Formats: sequence, structure tokens, C-alpha cells
Amino acid sequence: MQCVVTGGNVKVLGKALHSLSRIGDELYVEPQEDGLALRSVNSSRSAYACFLFAPLFFSRYSIPSGLNFRCKMAIKSVLTVFRSLATLEKTVEKCHISLDEQKDRLTFTLHCKHGLLKTHNLSYQDSESLEAVFDKDNCANVFRAQPRVLVDTVVHFTTSLEEVTVTVSDERMWVRNHVEDDAERSKAMLTELCLAADEFDHFAVKSHNSLTFCLKEFRGLLLFAESTGLPVSMYLDEPGSPVVLSVTDSVLEGNFVLATLSDDHSLHKSNRGADAEQLQPPDDFMNDDMDAYLIAMDTSVAPGPSTADAPTSSLATSRKPPAPNYRTRTYSEEEKNGEEDPGRPPDKKFRSLFFGSVLPPSPQMSTQPVTSQEVLASDSEDETEAE
Amino acid sequence: RKLFSTGTTMPLSTQSQREDEQYVLIANLDNARNLSNILKAITCKDHAIFTATANGLKVTVEDCKCMQANAFIQADIFQEFTLKEDSVIFQINLTVLLDCLNIFGGSSVGGSTALRMCYRGYGHPLTLFLEEGGVVTVCKINTHEPEEPIDFEFSSSNVTNKVILQSESLKEAFSELDMTSEVLQITMSPNQPYFRLSTFGNSGNAHYDYSKDSDMMELFQCNKTQTNR
Repeated sequence: MQCVVTGGNVKVLGKALHSLSRIGDELYVEPQEDGLALRSVNSSRSAYACFLFAPLFFSRYSIPSGLNFRCKMAIKSVLTVFRSLATLEKTVEKCHISLDEQKDRLTFTLHCKHGLLKTHNLSYQDSESLEAVFDKDNCANVFRAQPRVLVDTVVHFTTSLEEVTVTVSDERMWVRNHVEDDAERSKAMLTELCLAADEFDHFAVKSHNSLTFCLKEFRGLLLFAESTGLPVSMYLDEPGSPVVLSVTDSVLEGNFVLATLSDDHSLHKSNRGADAEQLQPPDDFMNDDMDAYLIAMDTSVAPGPSTADAPTSSLATSRKPPAPNYRTRTYSEEEKNGEEDPGRPPDKKFRSLFFGSVLPPSPQMSTQPVTSQEVLASDSEDETEAE
Repeated sequence: RKLFSTGTTMPLSTQSQREDEQYVLIANLDNARNLSNILKAITCKDHAIFTATANGLKVTVEDCKCMQANAFIQADIFQEFTLKEDSVIFQINLTVLLDCLNIFGGSSVGGSTALRMCYRGYGHPLTLFLEEGGVVTVCKINTHEPEEPIDFEFSSSNVTNKVILQSESLKEAFSELDMTSEVLQITMSPNQPYFRLSTFGNSGNAHYDYSKDSDMMELFQCNKTQTNR
């Protein structure tokens, strides 16, 4: 694999990596036919980000046909290459990225002014593919705004603030800090901003919803959007469904997918079906209903075509079925119970996002019966709109 | 400007000729910054050895017998440089000396600090007279028996490779070095990569190469490929 990035695009690449570092500690690299995909996910799997750089972003993009390569590396290592964005802009003329599969090395070579050459040989690990599944086209509410509007909004919240709640109506969007429970409300400071529809380039609301998601990761995207000046698109659906933030231009696409709290103390009327309310007690995220949305990331290294099983779900009748956008694959009860565990930070009430594993279940897991599994969309290979 | 001329009301200038005679070293600088800036660069240890000869002042700092830094300030830099012996050597606390030189604060907005440095000889303290804006400070810093500095036997006739690089670029390169690497490897060669700084850290290795034609390269004289860590 040989890619060359020149001029101002080197800084764009650096900015993307800095943004990805706000999400998780590892960078997943996957050169594809349609471009170079750089992804990251957080440890609780409640935030995912992907930047796809089209071949035209590069002055040269050549990958061997049929290359089926993906790897992950510590994002800190890659950031050392792109550490100072100011220096990148001033001195780097081009950045050459090449892969040496025999030595397990990804080499970044920066050709700088004054005859200086910086070569970084970074080691990587093989990894599974990382792709969140989300469907922007079927989201109830779609917005697009210049990054400045959103940056000016989030600046009013302290950097220590964990979560924000966004509520939308036909003409307005409210953004306020999320306070955990009623008892604290009287002592906490509440900040709420209201944005009118005309501040947005695009404002289309079909369902008046209120979603709560993590601010830190949202800021990560804004960091990138602001420096590149690209408008930010927001796709909001039902509470519990992830919110998708996108930046696009002709040569790149960035998507940040953030989980939202599945129920909310909504100040505004929600259009959700009443049956859903009955099944999900407010603010109880540890109930079994969430399991339908959970997917275990398969950590086996062997690549291979994904297997799509479709046994009927015995639990489906007793709960609201997951929205057809999301692809689910759950493992046996034992696996699920094992999962709901102290591995998840208790105060962060977000659950895993929706990942389609493109690998077969590991040999150990295949011996356990898969009792509840409902695949509601076709396989990842067929899906062209996954990202 | 002449600070210590006779006839002014400055207290320093009332020092008589006789007093001056007891000093084995007198060095005057209109701007103490010229001395403090150089000394700052080698302040990695508290103590330094001052050696004054007719050529000027040499300040030596050593670390664990494996690193030595020397600052040379030629006699010409001083407005007055008087030495009564062939050479005068003493050891002094460099951090304290720098604090004294900057006693009027670090900023250059208020004007410059004038310095008169006097030493009576073995066993006496180093006396500093510092003046800025009419305010005079006198500092006396104890001196110690100097330790023998290491002689690295660095004879210029044995030099195989020599480069002079512009410091700004090199400073930037050093600031980006991977600190998880235990060693810094320096390669100099008449062939590619000419001059290379390498690190071997947790995430992989990194190389910074300066071409011999680089405009950062002021001098490039390499005869043999050599790698040192």
C-alpha cells in the first residue's frame, strides 16, 4: 500500500487523527478500494468515529487489488507523527504512508522543508474490522449547521460536563446540560440554549425528540469541523438510537456515532409509541431489553466472511422489536450475562453501539447455543449504505 | 556607557584605585544579559568551574563524569577585563550566580543591567556589582575549591565527521524526539542518510534525516560512516 498526501491535506489528516484520539485509544486502519478508513471506538463501545479519505484526497493512492488488510495501533503512536499541527502546516510538504506487511510496520514519511526527512516506522496489530451500523437516511430529524454555530453553543458548557440533552421541535433546538437525577437538580446549575431553525443550513424535524449523549465526543468532531470549515450534519432519531454527526466534502467523509440514553426526562412531547414506554422503565438501563441491542465484538483475528444466522427470537414477542435500522447479533445468554458486568462503568449509562461483526464467532462461542438472535438487515458485504 | 567612571555620584565609582589593586580578576559588562544567556544554556548542574585567562572566561559544567558543557566568553566581549595572574580558577554555584545576574528581573523593557565582577583570589567570594536604573545591588557568592574537570582528550586532528546545523531546526527535531526510547542514535555519513537522529521507542522507531544539501546545514564534513548512541 502506498499513499501520498500533499500540502494542506497533511494538516487535515493530522486534524482527523487528533479528533479520533478524542474517541478511543486505538486507531483502526483499513485501506479500502473506496479510500483509506481510519476508525476509533471508545472502551465502552458507546462512541464510534470513522474518517474515510477517498483516493482523490491523496496525490497518490495505490493499494494492491484484493488487499484485505486491517490493523490497529495505539493512537498515541500515530499522533507523535502529527503532533504539532502548526509545524505540519509550516514545514511538511508531503506525507508518504506505506505498509510493510512482512515487518508488521506502517511507515509514515514526512518530507519537510529544508531537506529534512522524518521517518516513523510504527508497529501495528492485526485486528478485526470495526464498523458501526447506522442508517442516516432513515433518521427522523436531520440538521446541518456551520461548525461555528455548534462551537459557539458548546462553549457555554464546562469541559467537565459529561452529557448534553438536545431537544427538537419543528422550529427550535434546545441544548442543555444533562443532570443525573431529580435530587441534584435543585443544587445543580442548569444551562439551556435555544437555537432557531434559521441558524441552521438545514432543519427538518419529523419527530419531537429529546436525546442525551456525551459531549466530549461531540467536541471531538467539532474540533475537526471547525478547522476545516465543513458544515456539520446531525442525524437524530429516537432516544436510545445513536446520534450521527457527519462532515463531508468531495474527498472525505467523517462520521461520529454516539450512543444516547434510551429514555429521557423529556421536557417536550415525544412521538414514540406508548408500548415502548411500558416495556422500558424510566432510567433503568440494566434491564434485559437492552440486550437485544448489544453485540459482542468478536476479537478473533482470523478474517473471513461473516455468517448471518437468522433463528427466530423467542424474546421478540415480549418486547418492542429493535428498529429495522439496526443490525443485531447476540450470543448466548451466558455470554450476555457475562457482558453486563463491571466492565461497564456504571455511571455511564450508554450501552454498546451496533456493530456488525464480519468475522465468524470464535470456536469457543460456537459451541454455545444461540438462543435469541434476530438479524434484521442483510449482511455487511451487501450493505452499501452502512457508512 | 561607562558605568564606573570617577567623579559621578555612583557609590561604585568611589572605589579607589587601591581597592581595585586587590582584585586578581575584574570584568565589566554593560549588559549582564550577554553573560547570563550563555550561562543559562549550560546550567544543568548547580556547580560550575570558572577559569579566567587572558583569552577570556571559560565556564565548565559536568554531570557524573560523562557529560561536560563549556561556555567561552572572550575577553573582547567585556568592556573591561583585567587579570593579574596567568589564570584564575574557582568553583561557584551557577544557579545562584544566574539568580544574581537576573536580580532586577528578566525583562529587557526596563533597560539593561550593568555588571562588574570582581574576585580577590583563593578563598574569597566572587563579588558582583549590578546596576540598573540607578539602583545598585552587591552580591557576594562563596567560591569553592575547583574539582578537576575531565579532559576528554578531544583532539581536533582526530575528528572524522563534523557538521554544523542551524539550531532552530535542530531544536524542533529534538523537541519531537520519542522520549520512550532509551537511546538517541546519531549517524553521520558521507553517503545517505548523511546526518540522522534515530529513536527506538514503544511504538516503533523514528528517524530524522538532514540532507547534506539542506539549507539548515552550515557545514558538512563527513569522511566515514559512524553511528553512536
